[in-house]
Amino acid sequence: MSEGSRHRIFSKLHAATRQTTAPVSQSPGLPIKTYSQKEKIEKLKTLMEAMRTEVHITGAENWIDTVEDVLKIREVKRLLYAPRTEIGKMLEHQWEGAAGDPPQLIPYKKDVEQMKEMVFNVDAGITSAAGAIAETGALILWPSDKEPRLMSIVPPLHIAILKADTIHNSLSEVMQKENWPANMPTNVVLVSGPSKTADIEMTLAFGVHGPKELIVLILED
Amino acid sequence: MTNHHPLDFDKNVSRALNDAQLIKNIKSAMATLVFKRKTIFSDAAETEQLRTLGNALKKKALSKLPQLLEQLEEKCTQNGIQVHWAETAAEANQLVLDIMKSHGATRLVKGKSMVSEEMELNAFLQKHGIEALETDLGEFIIQLNNETPAHIIVPAIHKNKDQISKIFHDNIADAPYTEDVAELTAIARKTLRQKFYQADVGLSGVNFAVAETGTLCLVENEGNGRLCTTVPKVHIALMGLEKVIEKLADLPPLLRLLIGSATGQIITTYVNMITSARREGEKDGPKEVHLIILDNGRSKIFADPRRRQTLQCIRCGTCLSHCPVYNRIGGHAYGYIYPGPIGKILNPQVEGLKAAGVLASASSLCNACEEVCPVKIQIPDLIRRIRNESYSKDPNCTIEGYGYKRNLVEILTWKVWEKINTHPLINAAGLKILSILGIKLPKIGPLKYWTRYRITPELSKKSLHELVKQHGVDHE
Repeated sequence: MSEGSRHRIFSKLHAATRQTTAPVSQSPGLPIKTYSQKEKIEKLKTLMEAMRTEVHITGAENWIDTVEDVLKIREVKRLLYAPRTEIGKMLEHQWEGAAGDPPQLIPYKKDVEQMKEMVFNVDAGITSAAGAIAETGALILWPSDKEPRLMSIVPPLHIAILKADTIHNSLSEVMQKENWPANMPTNVVLVSGPSKTADIEMTLAFGVHGPKELIVLILED
Repeated sequence: MTNHHPLDFDKNVSRALNDAQLIKNIKSAMATLVFKRKTIFSDAAETEQLRTLGNALKKKALSKLPQLLEQLEEKCTQNGIQVHWAETAAEANQLVLDIMKSHGATRLVKGKSMVSEEMELNAFLQKHGIEALETDLGEFIIQLNNETPAHIIVPAIHKNKDQISKIFHDNIADAPYTEDVAELTAIARKTLRQKFYQADVGLSGVNFAVAETGTLCLVENEGNGRLCTTVPKVHIALMGLEKVIEKLADLPPLLRLLIGSATGQIITTYVNMITSARREGEKDGPKEVHLIILDNGRSKIFADPRRRQTLQCIRCGTCLSHCPVYNRIGGHAYGYIYPGPIGKILNPQVEGLKAAGVLASASSLCNACEEVCPVKIQIPDLIRRIRNESYSKDPNCTIEGYGYKRNLVEILTWKVWEKINTHPLINAAGLKILSILGIKLPKIGPLKYWTRYRITPELSKKSLHELVKQHGVDHE
């Protein structure tokens, strides 16, 4: 069925383009706004906070202390993390011999088919952000074999770790600079805040499906 | 776009106009949407530049549509996405069912997809014993209440929170009655979480499909799109064939236009870019991704160079929100899945003039839709085209059912009108006779209809010609 349909659809489209092939003028792109490093951080923070994201600017050395504070305040019992990432290794290291009663670290190290129940029952997930976009205020999540996709969408709290020098001016800029067309992964997601909806009387409500809270740590050198 | 019952537009409009609650809900929501859009597009010059770019990008894509669709298919296939083609809604439904069956699947979670509404997919799957569950909050609400979307972007906007409270309480087991929006949202989260966990297959729409990379782009605020396209082991994406764009670099301006126009946001909470199924070594994500590309009348529109611009539409819904007619009757009165200005031009072209041509009459040609359209579709111009073809016998007409409104009385009336007005003597004599006899316009035929809501014009004792002769023209 699909093959016959494909053929019929294309014959119609080809016939139509043969009749009318008006050249289309190339329209110039929009001017790219550029911000200084300080402005990028400020813009990203302002825009994401406006979307009810909690943003912390911390040193690259002591970010993990901020994570511990955040987890403590929210009484997180189980934290989903990716053990093969840099962040994962640092968390494991910090947790070794940690005083008190830190949340249980849950490594996402098996296929979801063996982990599903656990993934759906943790209190928080922590991931890296591959970058961010200052102009619109959004993180770039670039899941991989090391850092699975569900970590940032299923748990009610998502903590994202972002290096300040990976904040770009715009989406166009980062696509071009990093040559995205040649490198698209399985899934890229831009994230600008916690899950939200305005489907009832245009009234904003948070956490309808995805994380109820998003916390971003911007790491400065 | 199908409609099982013949459209009784007059009746629908009367019903809507008499539903005070409906009009109140719609008006207040549309005012919010219009206001929010304004805050995003506050710089007129920049907005104009952006819309010009959006228009050029969609035009460019349409100018090489078959090539781009072939490239998209090739790239997707390389990336492990299986591509299927459907000429009709029925074929697309069957494709979804076959995929479900091949996995022995009985539970489907759905992200928002207007194409699936066009296919009436839920009802079809239900008939085949499959639970197809809407997970977008607005779609979930109307599914509980057995309705179709009233707006492309905010489907349940015709209901206020009290009505939604009742719908939840009546239809969700153990849901306590609450009128608190946060609590209602929490009930939806709890109910649907379980469904995401259990579902065999997830379905989504596509906002833009990038030919260059084979990437499916999907914008959303709730995260249900991410869950539908990540949790189940199979993902089915549905798209109309006009959704393809050429390059990844075309995406950022189109995203700004779509999102700004649709919800007045600078960016949605989530922008998904899906390029493949789960790759070797990855721990989650669907193992199979299917892309169903639907024609369903689009190639008919594509064939006409002037009407082709209809396919530039990115389904932002802002023409609905700005339309004075939509604001007074809401979405359901239009009788088709796509309401408002875009529906007035899309449905008649797909379904033919006889079935849906009447929709083009519901416009004051105020141009608001064209002024806000992010890709500059000349909607009023196409409305006029549909109106003209409705009465025309010119064989160069291309819309199915053209000339369906032609009738003898009207043709004769205009013939007489033409004669009278091109012969000064007959004109003057005719007017004299009419004014002396004091004949009133008879309320019959089309005039009866015309005068239903309008005052019947009365003929003056003296014609304009006579008055000018007597008094001259007052030049101010």
